[in-house]
Amino acid sequence: MSPKLSMDKLSVGCVAMPGGSLVYKTGAWRSMRPVFKHAACIGCRACELVCPEGCVFENPQEKHVLVSSKEKSPGEKKREIANRDFDPDYCKGCGMCANECPVKDIDMVPEVK
Amino acid sequence: MEFNYNDRVLKPGYTSCMGCGEALAMRLVLQACGKNVIFTNATGCSEIFTSRYPTSSWNAPWLHSLFENSAAIASGVYYALKHKGLLGKVSVVATGGDGGTADIGLQCLSGAAERGDDFLYVCWDNEAYMNTGVQRSGLTPFNADTTTSPAGKVSFGNDRCKKDMPQIMAAHGIPYVGIGSCGYYRELGGLVKRAMAIRGPKYLQVHSVCPLGWKSDPAKTIDMAKLAFETCLYPLYEIINGVTKARRAPKDGWKPAEEYLKPQGRFRHLFRAAEGASQIIRIQAVAAANMRKFWPEVAVPQFALDAEAKVAEMDKVTA
Repeated sequence: MSPKLSMDKLSVGCVAMPGGSLVYKTGAWRSMRPVFKHAACIGCRACELVCPEGCVFENPQEKHVLVSSKEKSPGEKKREIANRDFDPDYCKGCGMCANECPVKDIDMVPEVK
Repeated sequence: MEFNYNDRVLKPGYTSCMGCGEALAMRLVLQACGKNVIFTNATGCSEIFTSRYPTSSWNAPWLHSLFENSAAIASGVYYALKHKGLLGKVSVVATGGDGGTADIGLQCLSGAAERGDDFLYVCWDNEAYMNTGVQRSGLTPFNADTTTSPAGKVSFGNDRCKKDMPQIMAAHGIPYVGIGSCGYYRELGGLVKRAMAIRGPKYLQVHSVCPLGWKSDPAKTIDMAKLAFETCLYPLYEIINGVTKARRAPKDGWKPAEEYLKPQGRFRHLFRAAEGASQIIRIQAVAAANMRKFWPEVAVPQFALDAEAKVAEMDKVTA
């Protein structure tokens, strides 16, 4: 059931519908948008955790291959890691995910129409 | 790609500022509280931005009444649950900002702690009344510039030190007191789970960066919160049944207080005025006292010892 926004009639005790704020798309505030490059991502989930809106999600359908070679264990290691992406409806463009990403796999670019 | 918010306690669409450390802390703490929880909320940022009528971000039972009585309502809910025989099945979590906890709501919180009511109180400490436009509160740090403690020719901002709220709560003899930080977001869930496993009054204080009031870069929210701990101006520790357990000290040693103060607009005047340097030394001495108190096994760095010596000298001359 999608919550309806109505100011015509006050409910008893001014009770609002749980989770009704989903109708308010704070994404309209954004002046910078994150770009998830899906190249060096190691799947640490930092972007999912630091997002104040919690609007970064893992996309289990789409994956990218991460090739890593460590000094201790020679030879290339290939790992499949799920892509992450943000919900444009709610992202306010604060840039915390890009700042916190340990491998700098997120860029902030100006939002243009 | 589909975005599914069904399992969220706090659903997006709330109108917090961008880069809000409180929204981040709330999202993680409330999610860690688990199912069958009744929340009460004091007036403040957290209440205003989640309940913009006719919408509500809360996907759980939530009560808001006044600024001061978040803990009192939680007590009432607790006794109602007790009467209905629902204790153990439903838990109560009270939340509030630093003003609603340390200034206005202190008597309700103290009363609830003294009665031994079983609930968790979470204080989002963003160090001023940010919702109404940055007025100083009891938890505003020393020398911070706010609209009611403005820095200028005759003042360096807030002239009082931060109230030691966790120690006040610990003095009630409650079984759990914890301090978390939005900068250490991976640890918040653990703090909440440890608290929720204990019966009795529990207090958790979460350091929440406010880019609006602190005049810091929204993207650097996490860095600011981490620096607060790394300079030891915001010590993170837990007191479980009277035993204090500090978070492990930073690997690279404590950092000078300037690193935390410099990126924040609310401390900008300290770096502009000529006498500001002596005030920074005083802040450094506060950090040194924290280091010695909670991490006695870690050596206090030389810059902190120097600051302490200088403060002792300054106070001697003026006395």
